[in-house]
Amino acid sequence: MTTETPTIDLSGSRPRLRREQRVRRLFTGAAVTSILISLLIVGSLVGEAWNFLRSIDLSWLWDLGWFPRRDMFDIKTVMTGTLLIALIAMVVATPLGLGAAIYLSEYASPRARRWLKPVLEVLAGIPSVVLGYFALTWISPNIVMRLNPHAGVFSMMSAGIAVGLLVTPLVASVSEDAMRAVPQALREASYGLGAKKAGTSTRVVFPAAISGIVASLILGLSRAIGETMVVAMAAGAVGGSLFEVDIFQPGQTMTAAMTALAIGSDQVAGSTNAFQSLFFLGLLLFLMTLALNLISDRFVRKVREKY
Amino acid sequence: MNDQANPDATASPEAQATAPGERLAGRGRPAASLVYSNARRAEAGEPESLIFDVQGLKAFYGSFQAVADTTMAIREHEITALIGPSGCGKTTVLRCFNRMNDLIEGARVEGTIRYHGIDIYGDKVDPVEVRRRIGMVFQKPNPFPKSVFDNIAFGPRIAGYKGNMNDLVQESLTRAALWDEVKDKLRESAYALSGGQQQRLCIARAIATSPDVLLMDEPCSSLDPIATLRIEELMIQLTRDYSIVIVTHNMQQAARVSDRTAFFTVDVKETGMRTGRLVEFDTTEVIFTNPRQKQTEDYITGRFG
Amino acid sequence: MVARTAPPSTTDLVRQAIQGRRFGWGDVAFPAALLLALLFALLFLATLLVDIFIKAWDALAGRGWSVVTNPLSLNADTAGLWQSIMGSLALAAVVAALAFPIGIGAAIYLEEYAPDNRFTRFINTNIRNLAGVPSIVYGILGFTIFVRFVRAVGAGGGVGGKNLLAGGLTLAALVLPIVIITTAEALRAVPVSIREAGFGVGATRWEVIRHHVVPYAAPGILTGTVLTLARAFGETAPLLLVGAATGFFSVGSAGLLGKATGPYTALPVTIFSWARQPGAEFRSLTAAAIVVLLAVLLTANAAAIILRNRFERKW
Repeated sequence: MTTETPTIDLSGSRPRLRREQRVRRLFTGAAVTSILISLLIVGSLVGEAWNFLRSIDLSWLWDLGWFPRRDMFDIKTVMTGTLLIALIAMVVATPLGLGAAIYLSEYASPRARRWLKPVLEVLAGIPSVVLGYFALTWISPNIVMRLNPHAGVFSMMSAGIAVGLLVTPLVASVSEDAMRAVPQALREASYGLGAKKAGTSTRVVFPAAISGIVASLILGLSRAIGETMVVAMAAGAVGGSLFEVDIFQPGQTMTAAMTALAIGSDQVAGSTNAFQSLFFLGLLLFLMTLALNLISDRFVRKVREKY
Repeated sequence: MNDQANPDATASPEAQATAPGERLAGRGRPAASLVYSNARRAEAGEPESLIFDVQGLKAFYGSFQAVADTTMAIREHEITALIGPSGCGKTTVLRCFNRMNDLIEGARVEGTIRYHGIDIYGDKVDPVEVRRRIGMVFQKPNPFPKSVFDNIAFGPRIAGYKGNMNDLVQESLTRAALWDEVKDKLRESAYALSGGQQQRLCIARAIATSPDVLLMDEPCSSLDPIATLRIEELMIQLTRDYSIVIVTHNMQQAARVSDRTAFFTVDVKETGMRTGRLVEFDTTEVIFTNPRQKQTEDYITGRFG
Repeated sequence: MVARTAPPSTTDLVRQAIQGRRFGWGDVAFPAALLLALLFALLFLATLLVDIFIKAWDALAGRGWSVVTNPLSLNADTAGLWQSIMGSLALAAVVAALAFPIGIGAAIYLEEYAPDNRFTRFINTNIRNLAGVPSIVYGILGFTIFVRFVRAVGAGGGVGGKNLLAGGLTLAALVLPIVIITTAEALRAVPVSIREAGFGVGATRWEVIRHHVVPYAAPGILTGTVLTLARAFGETAPLLLVGAATGFFSVGSAGLLGKATGPYTALPVTIFSWARQPGAEFRSLTAAAIVVLLAVLLTANAAAIILRNRFERKW
């Protein structure tokens, strides 16, 4: 038994091979662009933020309030504003979002889902300017000022509620995904032991999906912290602001301060301290949201590993 | 000097009169024509022609060894069956023949597979060209979500076929015994066909690129018995122009259609790693009536596997 | 004396449990509370829409189409959205031209070509993080890099680079991660069997992708891109940082190049600036502008759904 001497050519078509390589390189380049963008973001933030820190006296970061034009860069003012509004937002978004998620995942009939889910998606699609306008012209007079007659037209409360509405669909969709990923077998086991739907949902499904649910809340928090337009329109602080903890008064967030610096209510354009503080705030914001997103990612991966 | 021509062309009248059905009747009776031609060759002092010469083949997925040292010779114009219990590496071996395993991350092969004298895992070999010449039919029919015509035409088109596509499509479908059933439906979706028709479409699609080998991975396992029978008849007809290697977990099928059978088994090491191994490779008649290895005999009599 | 209350037998206990009151408060109150939460969110949405429509009525009914067709002005009676709408459309075009090819290409690389190693996982994590970065940070990116870049290549126009091109680049960077993620999902949904069939007849990787994978995934990719464009349409913060005009401007009779490299604005930016106007006369106008924006978004979403349904027929 022998084999013949080679009579055929298996080397393939040269032009076709070359085209493959070119196409592959093109797509690889596209993927690398994303890394480039990350580097540019970090670069543009870190450089200028460092310049800012070097050119100011660090004691200016602890003061009565945030008044960039007067070299008062009180960090705790902007941080408190950001966190208070984010907190109010989560107080709104957690019950609304989780409630909607549990209902859609465990109770809603397929027909109900077909109508209710798109409506949530519509809410998710409302641009933040619109919610900012809504906060200013409706939430503020009709809810906030009714709750507390001493509240200002601009208040952290009204901004917080609007941000909460903004974040609700995000919390709802991520936690609903997490709950639907729980295998039906677990629910059936629970029913088999005699539990009813309410018990099963709260004691079996919810804990099983807890990683995803926590991830959704962290994502919501991150989104609330990074929200700009709503707070720029409804939380007040156009110029500087004093350190404030009363949520019924105007407050200053990192994002609103950045916007104010950019569009000139506070601006002394160029590389003066006031303007450069924009980059410093940007870096803080970027680091905070990055940390939260990475943590949330860890939780989402735990869900995937389980199932 | 090798006789590349169809052995049947110079066969005796009795051999030519052998209908494909004869091969299906009775376990392990290879067709008279075939035995005649190989015997005739042996008498004439001509070597039998091989389509695949496998030497020392080992297959790995990462650090997991799927197939242990395998050496076998697949002959032209025959149906060679690979049988064995699940996990014995028969599908892996099949997919080595057309380098489909290359597409799996971490897959690695040692040893050589000579096809027309060239090691298909050699340096200058383009796997794309290998796959054009070595057709494959999969376990579940997987036509493209396109029309019947476009399913067949795709392969030749990208290979640069410049001839009359209508004729090529018709010829491929005719060889796959599907032409009459779809000749009015060429522009309709391939998904509108029945399971058995779709699988014959996949065979026609594989034929369209003018291969000389067809690899079939349990081609009938998702089909009903009648469709299965039609495909088995088709396979025997196809050996006139092609060589066929088929993986099947259905022993009766192997006995019905194949000329030669390779029996694989799975060895489990203490680490728990399951590696496939070729136990015996011989004519189907020998394997099923008088196997040399006890493991083979145990398997075909149902004592294990 | 026989004890009056013998302990209940097992049979009795089981009978009680099965035949007993099956309807506890928990069965009604809990789902009701959940539904209430869901409806609350929807109620807010409804209130928002109704309130805005009511406020917009004055301007829309009183001035009709001139709200859309007039140019910007400081006078609430004559101000219109024409420049803003044109600006938004132009931005959308730039975003589509940049983000879609790069995003789809990157997704194809990640799903079809990339080996499963640390580098690939790093890129994937990186993209997910980019998707979560607040939009105002992209504004900073635009301000420090893209505006300067546009100036450096000589397309700065009369505004030092704060034009549509820089704005478009910024928004494109913003939506790029989303395009990559949605496209990658659509590609992942393509069955392996189709790819195998393609390779089996001797197609190269690109041929399999081009002739089989992408056509199969096209509806999903298309839907994703339309929704992404809708999202870009509503973005405000990055544009503010990159110099979209918040006030009144006019390009007069500038040619196409002048318009492309000169001052510009976008619909959401105009909404923002009108909302801040002290006078009451801008109230209704702002609401009207919001109605226009929502109408555009609704059309885009509807288009995405129609496209998806139309192409969904998988042969």
